[in-house]
Order: sequence, then structure tokens, then C-alpha cells
Amino acid sequence: MSVHTTPPVPEPSTTARRRWPIPYGLAGLAAFALLAEAVPRLGIVPERHLPPFSRIMTALAGELHAPGFWPAVRDTVTAWSAGLGLAATAGVLVGVLIGSVPVLRDLTASTIEFLRPIPSVALIPLAVLLYGTRLPSSLLLIVYASFWPVLLQVLAGIRDIDPVAAATARSYRLGPLARLRYLQWPTTLPYAVTGLRLSASIALVLAVTAELVIGAPGLGKRIATAQISGAVPQMYALIVVTGLLGLAVNLAARAAERRVLHWHQSVRAEPAGAR
Amino acid sequence: MRTLWRVFALVALPAVLLAVWWFASADSKDFFLPPLSRILNSFDTVWTAQRWRADVLPSVLRLLAGYVAAAILGIAAGTVIGSSRKVRATTEPVLEFLRALPPPVLVPVIMLFAGIGTGMKIAVIISGCVWPVLLNTVEGVRAVDGVLTDTCTVYRVTGARRLFRLTLPAASPQIVTGLRQALSLGIILMVISEMFAASSGLGFTIVQFQRSFAIPGMWSGIILLGLLGVAMSVLFALFERWALAWYLGMRRTGGRE
Repeated sequence: MSVHTTPPVPEPSTTARRRWPIPYGLAGLAAFALLAEAVPRLGIVPERHLPPFSRIMTALAGELHAPGFWPAVRDTVTAWSAGLGLAATAGVLVGVLIGSVPVLRDLTASTIEFLRPIPSVALIPLAVLLYGTRLPSSLLLIVYASFWPVLLQVLAGIRDIDPVAAATARSYRLGPLARLRYLQWPTTLPYAVTGLRLSASIALVLAVTAELVIGAPGLGKRIATAQISGAVPQMYALIVVTGLLGLAVNLAARAAERRVLHWHQSVRAEPAGAR
Repeated sequence: MRTLWRVFALVALPAVLLAVWWFASADSKDFFLPPLSRILNSFDTVWTAQRWRADVLPSVLRLLAGYVAAAILGIAAGTVIGSSRKVRATTEPVLEFLRALPPPVLVPVIMLFAGIGTGMKIAVIISGCVWPVLLNTVEGVRAVDGVLTDTCTVYRVTGARRLFRLTLPAASPQIVTGLRQALSLGIILMVISEMFAASSGLGFTIVQFQRSFAIPGMWSGIILLGLLGVAMSVLFALFERWALAWYLGMRRTGGRE
């Protein structure tokens, strides 16, 4: 079994995406909104299942002023950022340690391959028993899920170090710190950043899941409450909010990636296939 | 010597970890952390043939049904969207938003439409798994090598032949990446849809054990779910090796950048 990693290329479309003709995109969005308005209005789908787009937007505007909405957003963002921070730190530290010592890499490979595919939702019952609906419950799920992409990418990055560069560093007798700075850091960084980008959206999925299923405070719990009380437009409005949150996470991750890797070939080069 | 070390490396750490778990928990009085021996003993009594038939098998079948449907849907729509610049530009913002939705929030929505039956669970799995496949297919189709497309155009390779000889094979490494992401998402959604609302299934059973404080049973369920995840990923690795044999071989020989 090979360790699967994504090559250290930022989303291939990043550069091309900037070029999409904006009018087309706006037209697409407008068509989508129109469709979401028309389908329930024409009775293709009952309104109590899918309220018209305008009603969802009204509910969204109402939510923005509702008590408890912003605290819920804050709870979700807190769980997300804390979980991602812990997972990233652990992933980078463990990855650099294991990756730098070939014996450790051999010894841990099978264990990593076994633990990685275990779905983190399997831990939900355990999290509930140990921590109830408090924050550590969400953190357990988030950290478990988002730790692996970072770890695997860092391992792949360290393996990718150019042998000639490594030999040069040895010849010049670079100390461990200097090797870390000039050898491992530049090679591993693109991989680690890719891992972070993947982890960022996984962490959000797990944060919302924990709130939805376990009942940890946050947007997910608010969605569950709206669903149980039959407040369908509010429920859709909150779902739109989680989508916007996810969008913000994705865009921020991509922007950060471009910023950190502005020197790297993959960011500077022309996008593949853009003609 | 080399093979011996390989085998040793493969089993050493897992063996140590299991041993540690076994002995550290051997006389555990903690209600939530029962001895490993008791968890393993409970496997026989908990996962009976009847339970396999009623809970485990239906869960896995739903997962496969949803996953395969999402794969077909994602590849088909992705090919259409990826082949045309205009369609791509039009759909991009909408797709970007839909992809950003955390899939579990769709569970309550789909429950409204499809109730809490088998259809709902399959729909949940499809609605979550389709995005990674779709978006990766779009990327793969978009980035087909320009020389190859030109060659096909010059030789007037069009229609189905072009699709199956050029577009899909060229995009397949990307498509497989999407399929792999979708698989782990699918397992998550299978479990969540059953935990949220169900009367049977693997996820439901585990939560049921937890609520009735049948702790060894719950642990055995967690382990079983973990083994399911591992088995799926092994099967996928085999599939990948088969489907992308040409590509992996090309990369190994450094045939072309």
C-alpha cells in the first residue's frame, strides 16, 4: 500500500479561476437563484420542503439580528480554528520527526496506514461519553480528522528533498538548525501548505458535524434546532451561512497558500492547459 | 535480511501498541475504558450473524450504492462542464459554493424530502460524495494535454471515441483523486445519516450501545467501523493500481513531465 499524497501544487485552477469571465459567473449565480425561486413557486417541490429563494434570504436577514446567531458563529469558528491549530502543529512536529529518521518512518508506516482511514465519526460515541457536548468533544473529532492530511504531506515533503541538496548541506557541515532552515523548510513547505488547505475544509466539516450530531454549541446545533422546530426557512438560511463560512475558509486557504509560496514554481508558472 | 526488517517494521509498532492497550487496560476499573480482552470477547456476542444481516450489510450496501451513483453523476457532469469554457465559467461560482457546504448539513434537508428511509441515506451519501468527483473531473478534463487534443482534432477523432480514448483517460488521475476523497466522505456520511435518524445500520447500532451504556459493545462497534474504513481504503488502493497502471508506470520511469 502506498502512502497517498497530493503533489505540492496549489489548486490547479487557482490561476485560471481569476480569469473566469465575471459576467458568466454572475449569470450562473442569477440562474441558480432564479431556479431556487421558481421551483417551489411553480409547485414542482412543495414550499414546506424548499421555501422560495427570497424567503430564505429574508430568513437569513432575520437570522443576522437574531439573538444567539453570532455566538453560534463564534463557537463554530472557535472549534474550527482551535482544532485545526492543534492538528497542524501536531502534524508538522510528528511529520518532521518521523520523516527525518528513516528507521522511524519504516516502523510507523503500517500504523499510519491503518489509523488514517478510520472515520473520525466512529469516535463520536466515545467523545460524547468522555466530554459530553463540550468543546473538547468537537476538538477530538476535528483533530483526529485533520491531523492525517498534514502529517502525510509533511512526510511526503521530507522524502522529496533533493539528494544533491542534502549532500551539499552535509559537505558544508550545516548544523541541524541550518539544515532545517535551508534544506527541509523550503522543500517541505509547499507540501505542508497543501496539507493545511485540505485540513482546513475537513476541520470545518467535522466542526459542523459535531454540533449537528452531538449537540455541541454552534451553527450545526442551530440547524438541528431549526429542523426539529420546523423552522424550514431558518434552517436553509443557516445552511447558506455554513456554505459561506466554508467558502471563506477555502478562499482564505488559497490566498494564504499563494502568499506563502509566492516564490515557488507552481505558483509562478503558467497554469497547465490554460490557453 | 532486508525482507526480515520489512516484516519486522510492518508488525512491530502495531504489536507494541496492541500489547500496551491490552496490558494497560487489563485490570481497568474505569467504566468507559474496559479491558481490551472484554471488548474482543464482546465481538462474538454483539456482532452475530443476524446483526451482520440486519445492520452491517445494509449500511455497506447503501454506502456502495450512493458512492457508485455519485461517481457516475460526478464524472458525467464534470466531463460536460470541463469540456466547455463557457459552461465552466457560468457554473463555477455556484459549484464553488456548493462544494464549500459541509455535507452533513444536508442531512436535515434531505430528511425533509425523503423521510428517514433508505432513500434518504443514499441521497445523503450521493449529495456529499458527488462534489469531490465532479470538481476533480472538471479540473482533469480542463487540463488535458494540448498536443493530444490538437492531434485528436487533426485526425478528426470525435464523439464517443474522443471521450473514451482521449478525455477520460487523460483526466483519470484527477478523477481517481476525487474518487478517493469521496470515499472517506462517503463513510462519514453513511455513519452520520444513521446516527441522525435510523432504526438500523452500523452508525445507529453504535450510538444505541453508547446510549444504553453497553460500553464494550460500543468499543467493538468503533473497532468494526475502523476496520471497515481500512478495508475500503485497501480495496481502493487495489482499484487505483489497476485503473492507473499506465500512469503510475509512466511516472516511475519519469517518461514525461
